Amino acid sequence: MSHITNSELDRRSLLRRAAAVGLAATPAVGMLSACVGGGSEEPAKQATGTKSADNPLGLDPKAPVEIVIFDGGLGTKYATDVDTPIYKKKWPESEVKFSATQEIATVVQPRLNAGDAPDMINNSGAKMMDFGAIVAAGQAQDLTDLFAAPSFDVPGKTVAETLVPGAVEWGSYNGKPYAVNYSYTVFGLWYNATLFEKNSWTVPTTWADFIALCDKIKAAGIVPFGYAGNNAAYYMVRALLTSAGKIGTEQVLKDIDNLKPGAWTAPAVLEAAKAWGEVGNKYLDKSFLGLKHTEVQLRQNQDKLAFYPCGSWLENEQAKDTPPTFKYAVAAYPSVTTSDKLGAAAINAAAGEIYFASSKGKNPRGGMEYLRVMLSKEAAKEFTNLTKSLTVVTGAAEGVELSPGLTSANEALNKAGKEAFMGYLFDTWYKKLNDESLSAVNDLMFKGGDAQKFCDRMEAASQAVAKDSTVQKQTRS
Amino acid sequence: MRHGKYPFIIGFLAVPVALYAIFVVAAYIQTFQLSVTSWSGFGPIKYVGMANFEKLWNDELFWKSLRHNGYLLLLLPIVTIALALFFSFLLNVGGGTRGGVTRGIWGSKVYRVIFFFPQLMALAIVAVIFGRVFSSDKSGMLNGLLPASWDPWLLMADERWALTCILVVLVWQSVGFYVVLFSAGMGSIGEEIYEAADLDGAGKITLFFKITLPLLWNTIQTGWIYLGIAAFDAFALVNIMTVDRGGPDGATSVLAMMIYRNTFEYSQVGYASALGVVLFFLTLTFAALTLRVTRRDAV
Repeated sequence: MSHITNSELDRRSLLRRAAAVGLAATPAVGMLSACVGGGSEEPAKQATGTKSADNPLGLDPKAPVEIVIFDGGLGTKYATDVDTPIYKKKWPESEVKFSATQEIATVVQPRLNAGDAPDMINNSGAKMMDFGAIVAAGQAQDLTDLFAAPSFDVPGKTVAETLVPGAVEWGSYNGKPYAVNYSYTVFGLWYNATLFEKNSWTVPTTWADFIALCDKIKAAGIVPFGYAGNNAAYYMVRALLTSAGKIGTEQVLKDIDNLKPGAWTAPAVLEAAKAWGEVGNKYLDKSFLGLKHTEVQLRQNQDKLAFYPCGSWLENEQAKDTPPTFKYAVAAYPSVTTSDKLGAAAINAAAGEIYFASSKGKNPRGGMEYLRVMLSKEAAKEFTNLTKSLTVVTGAAEGVELSPGLTSANEALNKAGKEAFMGYLFDTWYKKLNDESLSAVNDLMFKGGDAQKFCDRMEAASQAVAKDSTVQKQTRS
Repeated sequence: MRHGKYPFIIGFLAVPVALYAIFVVAAYIQTFQLSVTSWSGFGPIKYVGMANFEKLWNDELFWKSLRHNGYLLLLLPIVTIALALFFSFLLNVGGGTRGGVTRGIWGSKVYRVIFFFPQLMALAIVAVIFGRVFSSDKSGMLNGLLPASWDPWLLMADERWALTCILVVLVWQSVGFYVVLFSAGMGSIGEEIYEAADLDGAGKITLFFKITLPLLWNTIQTGWIYLGIAAFDAFALVNIMTVDRGGPDGATSVLAMMIYRNTFEYSQVGYASALGVVLFFLTLTFAALTLRVTRRDAV
């Protein structure tokens, strides 16, 4: 018993053990990624059928298909009540295994690595997986066949031909399509049409008008412009880069995506940063840096904030806090200079919400067919109906009764016509660069508005990514 | 009965040791393995030697995060232990001696329970609540106390103060536990020692420094190590409370936050593992150093 009563020894070994317990935080990295290095082995046997006019993707009509949907702002009803029934109607013998989760990476990533992938995955939400890394690891199915296949319900057209321009390119990595970006989001300056009408404020199209209006709004005791620095700085990055795109065409943004040296220090970016930095200095409430997007959006609903840069999901997100008199409307970002290469109506509208078929699943062809169903006009129309967001399927919103905000977004799109541009992809391709842009834009807007510093800092970060051989590179043209 | 000893011990230890080996030791080994690879989290592994550590050496954010961990490591134990000692002294000895029994100040039994409350709350909830307390606009609790005409303090949105806000919450959360721990320690100090000192005319301050502190040294040492390890973490608060998670502009970034981001957001599991290995050695060094430096002969 002597070794137990030796208290000095006991206490010291206890301390050491205490230290070891604290260290348990470190191995979480290895633990949580699970199944390290998996996915390199041969895929499981995959189901295929014979291709025909009725079965252009050549799926096995009897093979089950498994889909995983992100359960977020869009809900899951569009999948369970619309897409699956349409799919089942066409392929009654193929069982659809449906599941939904709020944590895509937690649920799906270990399964991809273990070679037990679901067939179709909706990669979205705060815990979305790095899609570039999935493509690089060969886990995503090449969707060339899908986009070349005839449309599900538009006769005489291929799937690609039924989509808005740029939709296929948006999900392409190094020239090959791997993802369907399904929803179509219009970005711009959101405001309350009722408030503007009441004060007879007109929506500005030039920067001088914008500044003049901001002065008027400020005089009325309302914060003219604001965004949430705490967790929504990417809305501001988008505003700034949209302005840069309007000054110097989408090529400016393509250069940024391609990590071209000098892309961030280009005159168009500097010009846009200067213009926005001034807005930040004069018209932004500095305390917004500490606020979350919901808090700032609520202020707009209370008419304490006039302009808010955001995407067209805003109206739906705020539905329960919006007073009945509040009518969401969107305006294109005003032209920064008189020599902007794109017109004042030019708008940034991007496809988003990734859906992909897994190449290592048991039934990738079934996953692709499910995507073809989603891209049918019928399914897209119901999607807009249920989720209040537009899709990349052209004209699918026709006949759907749209809310004021979505109507305004649709009008802005029509006004922009061919000058609606997709924008940039570096934020999803290079997450680290994206994070740097959030810090840099907050610094620009809240801490003094030094445009040159913003450009130099982003340029340095962009070149650091370009030189990092462990980061998988993407290009676009 | 000696021949039954080993099966008996093995029977008790097999399950916990196996669990520990699989879920802790194996994961550590794997972290070390991954730290010399460029693994993204998907697909096959490629070995890159020491490249991750080289990159880390040149990473400005790493040094910044390390400084922030250092700041917490320096201040969290000192402030927490000082406050906890002060409170537990008041609770146990502060009331002076009456009828040969030392007692705490009036109502100390109630205070002891109240002090422990923060310990019962999940850290995530604490972070959300203090997010409201430190909110940078007038809706925040602290800013709400200011006169309406004043500009709000930016607090979490001010890079000079953001990390201090985190420190305050960490201290608030941990003080209660150490009050209880030190109280228990003080309870085991013999009455007669206090009585003797009292008869010799020692005041409260002398009692504290000459009697309580030396006899409590071992407990304080334990507390110091625990708090130091907590200072190496701070992930939950930084993740939930701070602007842009680790901001503004990296002003509250800590190593654990960097590990999380590199693993789950940048798909750089190899690099994150290298950071994990560094954190492992830092924690180990800290624990060893603390044990050595604070070693004292038994009183």
